[in-house]
Amino acid sequence: MTATAARPSNSRGPRVRAPRGGRLRLPAVWRTPLAIVGAVIALAWVVVAFTAPLWVPYPPDAQMLPRLLPPGTDGAILGTDALGRDLFSRLMSGAGVTIPLSLMLVAASVVIGTVIGASAGYFGKWVDEVLMRITDLFMAFPTVILAMVVAASLGPSLFNAVIAAIVVSWPQYARVTRSLVLGLRGQNYVIAGRLLGHSPLRSLLADIAPNITGPVVVLAALDIGSAILLLSGLSFLGLGAQPPTAEWGSMISSALQNFDAWWIGLFPGLAILTVVMAFNFIGDSLRDALDPSSRTERAASGVVAAPKTEDEALKGTGASA
Amino acid sequence: MSTETSHPRSVLDVDSLVVRYPGSPPVIAVDGVSLSIAAGETVALVGESGCGKSSLARAVVGIEKRASGTVTVDGRDVTPLGLRRRSPELTGVQMVFQDPATSLNPRRSIGAQIADGVELSTRRGEKTGTPGEWLARVGLDREWVGRYPHQLSGGQKQRVAIARALAAGPRLLVADEPISALDASTQTTVAALMRSLTTAVGAGLLFISHDLAVVRRIADRTLVMYAGRVVESGPTEALWQNPQHPYTRSLLAAIPAPDGAGRIPVAPTDAERATWLDAPVATTTQS
Repeated sequence: MTATAARPSNSRGPRVRAPRGGRLRLPAVWRTPLAIVGAVIALAWVVVAFTAPLWVPYPPDAQMLPRLLPPGTDGAILGTDALGRDLFSRLMSGAGVTIPLSLMLVAASVVIGTVIGASAGYFGKWVDEVLMRITDLFMAFPTVILAMVVAASLGPSLFNAVIAAIVVSWPQYARVTRSLVLGLRGQNYVIAGRLLGHSPLRSLLADIAPNITGPVVVLAALDIGSAILLLSGLSFLGLGAQPPTAEWGSMISSALQNFDAWWIGLFPGLAILTVVMAFNFIGDSLRDALDPSSRTERAASGVVAAPKTEDEALKGTGASA
Repeated sequence: MSTETSHPRSVLDVDSLVVRYPGSPPVIAVDGVSLSIAAGETVALVGESGCGKSSLARAVVGIEKRASGTVTVDGRDVTPLGLRRRSPELTGVQMVFQDPATSLNPRRSIGAQIADGVELSTRRGEKTGTPGEWLARVGLDREWVGRYPHQLSGGQKQRVAIARALAAGPRLLVADEPISALDASTQTTVAALMRSLTTAVGAGLLFISHDLAVVRRIADRTLVMYAGRVVESGPTEALWQNPQHPYTRSLLAAIPAPDGAGRIPVAPTDAERATWLDAPVATTTQS
């Protein structure tokens, strides 16, 4: 808490100030062990995703080894699959398929969801009604079922699986953004901006957006894990990546045909587990840092709990909505 | 009920303003109030909480819809503040809010927020100064432009809010209890600062407060509001010396005397309150 102590003490009164800066306080976030573990694992996977083609021992699709080699034999660190492809090479190349696509689909969902949610919340009335009923329509279906319907109707391909995942994941951003904007648009500083002649776009971008980025970033970080799961899930079901593309979900799917070769399914499964957990750790830590209502543990460990200000309280409801 | 004569140089003219909140029965917060403020003049509006002061202020700037009556600033009708961009003519109406904690954007530097005001006046072709100069004018360090609201105290935040409003080069500044969230030592300085700066730019100031001691020091004229109506108006000093309306008298009597005796003013009875509504509207003229 040196950051708080270092601030000039021009504050009057006994009120303890929240240690929140104008910028994201990343240093405080990274101080928790969970965040460090998550960040290290996630970073490692991202590096693998972008560099794998340069250093994997075999081309991911090359059937140049004996079939069904157990891990550790003949230079195949993780063994080979039923077609004699090196599992390690496929696993590492698979990161390059799943992770960038998941990040892209989360980014696309955030953009679509926040634009729709912010418009609904800011303009209200019939705009709100129409947009939120459309959102409800998408939310009414179970995520995976709807994604399956979309992917199946577009035809099985990785690209269509991403579209299907975007279709099912934007509504939650719309809902959260709408509720945040709804609370913020009546704030005095937003009204002050409107009195200064800000256009709706400027009001949203300059006055409101900086106050909702925190909760939306947290939501997005937590959502990366589910996006990876959803994408691999669709591939597992045969609606995403098509053979011979090395993709974790489809690799697990192919393991079902060789049940006694445990390594074929185990390692892609572990890969999904570690990367999803890593992104969830990051999301959790970000939420702890930005949302005072979940800061109880840190308060117990000697950090003074900050009094809730109105916008922080809002963030709490937003992040848990 | 028109107790004010429309001044030729008046920046604000309010005529028979009614603000009504829906409900059963509907609450009539402001009941036919007329007033006018001349350029460079400071008019105080006092009254107990719930008497309609804030509703009047919000209706004057257009945040609250008015049920009937007219509000004009520089002869232009003040339309309700919608979601659309406010027309440039009406940006001459600015407001300072009661709660300094919510009147500034917590995620933007105070310099950027004052710059919003500066930008507006620049667009009109006026030069009001840089954000740093405005910080200096309201008694803060001009190096603080990069600071965020949470780094400031309540009084300092309110100074920033005043700077933002005045940097816009307003014709009329409406201050809705701008000092009630501040401690006693800061109240007077902030109020005096507000008055001197608005007078300097030739804007009218509608200052809403329940702090009569501060009002006496800064206001040219004072309006006393009770139950949605202006019950007494006149030059501040005259009204202070010779209050006509029973409600004004009781307001003045309710100021605790700093004589060390520790007397707490007696609260008015319901019977007394009932008579205030029927008492004639008083207009003090001589000062």
